[in-house]
Amino acid sequence: MGAGTPTDGTSHGDKRGLELVVCVKHVPMVSELPWDPVTGTLQRDLGGGMMNPACRHALEAALQIREMRGGRITVISMGPPMAKEALMEAVAMGADRCMLITDPAFAGADTLATSYTLARLIELKCRDFDLILCGSATSDSETAQVGPQLAEELNIPVVAYVSHFAWWGGSLRLKRLSDSFLETLEMDTPGLITVTIQSFKPRYVPVGGVIDAYNAADIQIIDAACLDSHRDKIGQRGSATKILRVYSASAKKQNVVMTGSPRKIVEELFANFEDFIGGAASKDLKPGKKK
Amino acid sequence: MTNETTRSVWVFGDYRNYFQNRVTLQLISRAMDLSQKIGAEACVVVLGYEVDEWVGEYVAHGANKVYVTDHPSLRHYNVETYTNLLARMVTHHDPEILLIGATIFGREMAPRLAKRLQTGLTADCVGLDINDEGLLVQTAPSFGGNLLADIITPDHRPQMATVRPGVFQEIPHDYVRTGEIIRVPLPDDLPVPRARLVSVERPTQRGRNIEDAPIVICGGRGMGSKKKFSRLFELAGLLDAEVGATRPVVYEDWIGQEALVGQAGRHIKPQILFSFGISGAIQHTAGCNDARFIIAINKNPNATMMKMADLAIVADASQFCVALINELKRRIR
Repeated sequence: MGAGTPTDGTSHGDKRGLELVVCVKHVPMVSELPWDPVTGTLQRDLGGGMMNPACRHALEAALQIREMRGGRITVISMGPPMAKEALMEAVAMGADRCMLITDPAFAGADTLATSYTLARLIELKCRDFDLILCGSATSDSETAQVGPQLAEELNIPVVAYVSHFAWWGGSLRLKRLSDSFLETLEMDTPGLITVTIQSFKPRYVPVGGVIDAYNAADIQIIDAACLDSHRDKIGQRGSATKILRVYSASAKKQNVVMTGSPRKIVEELFANFEDFIGGAASKDLKPGKKK
Repeated sequence: MTNETTRSVWVFGDYRNYFQNRVTLQLISRAMDLSQKIGAEACVVVLGYEVDEWVGEYVAHGANKVYVTDHPSLRHYNVETYTNLLARMVTHHDPEILLIGATIFGREMAPRLAKRLQTGLTADCVGLDINDEGLLVQTAPSFGGNLLADIITPDHRPQMATVRPGVFQEIPHDYVRTGEIIRVPLPDDLPVPRARLVSVERPTQRGRNIEDAPIVICGGRGMGSKKKFSRLFELAGLLDAEVGATRPVVYEDWIGQEALVGQAGRHIKPQILFSFGISGAIQHTAGCNDARFIIAINKNPNATMMKMADLAIVADASQFCVALINELKRRIR
């Protein structure tokens, strides 16, 4: 349990320094990519890429921990070869080492297969980690599932949507807003946290730093053969979900036209969208409540 | 696994605050429809302490069966503990489908649970239906909401999905309705959670950016005058929304420059965008075309904004704003 007082690093007896792992994803720069309506697959290669915004915040949080406590930051990513760009960005921000797992065998992975694969890499290369940091969600798929699933795969605790942290001896004190409750939690390490883009604003990286990273970065490339992974648990084969089809959201827009007196339209609006509007506003819009 | 013959559709009973409870009721309603299509029963799982109030409410809202574990050690939500308990129950009863509200807690717990059960999970579904093969078709936004994907979980059970509040409509409660209540004792080998709650408080609403607002109300020159435009602030207050504006309105000084939405201003992506008296010049729409649902109000049905909208309301923007404010005041009180 978290005995003792918060430590700012230097006073703490642990001389090893912390082993920190940050998981990042390379995402398309634009929000709308061309896709093939026949196969339903996205033509990812047509857009530019970048490090997922929330992942930058996770790396920033790791950099702040390293400044306080010392240690080493390993940034890992799974993706196509061009995902190397996101790792170069990580080097420019200050990561100590970077690894990319890339192999056609990993393609088509859902979060179940992705978290399995990342866990195998962490076991292979960062076995003694203290803390894993992830962005809370990615800008392309927004599932927010890989962080918690990676924790489950490694059998470690997870706290998502963390906004503040401090070390208390061997455990972490964390604050996060969860469904309008501001929670303070204590988490044993090793553990995993996810952070949102509301906290840990990433540091500015001068262009020169990025160029240096591109020229000098030593990024380890790891393929399926290097990992002790089961063929049936990676890529499309290891995925429990299957995409039937992908289509434009606007094609589903109905463009319902409402006419009449404003009062009548308002009535109709609430008859059909009371829960929808109330849900978005987090307010009870049901009539006749005597509360 | 038991040899139960009754198939079931399960809903996680998330009740911690009003809106978590609302999404549970909405999911029960959807679970009833889905269970009818596959010849199953709709079940809810409630974990907590002194939760009978919710158990009764879920039956009144359509649950055929409620599994409940009521114990002082479940006084606070805990991801590890809840995952452990749910995984045991699911393994024991083998439901076809498990639906979880996409609350912050649900979004943290569902992936962990799906992983433990080695099954698929689709986040933030906006549609759920049963296809010809009896599989759950989970429709979810992809790539920032510009695309929708239909997803299935063909070979793993349960088929799991999270759903945001407001996607489905709850059915009215009916206290005559009866359901089976099954008390499940707390197992005595429950591991001590490795992430523990130290304290919890309910903070007051903090300052927020228009970029983060779930509802944004944008006004254009069609509002008529600065005075009429100012009613949008009252409306925003009622809906806990933020106000945005077009360039002409900012030039007229009806609102400050910081509210400008568009190419040269803020880029917003609310769940709902109300667009009052805006024609829809590209300079403006470039900043709001990521809105999930657009309700446009304009006298001119042919305005670009009206064509972009999910709901196009043909009316005077200012008059409609007044009518909407009056109705909201009546409902909120």
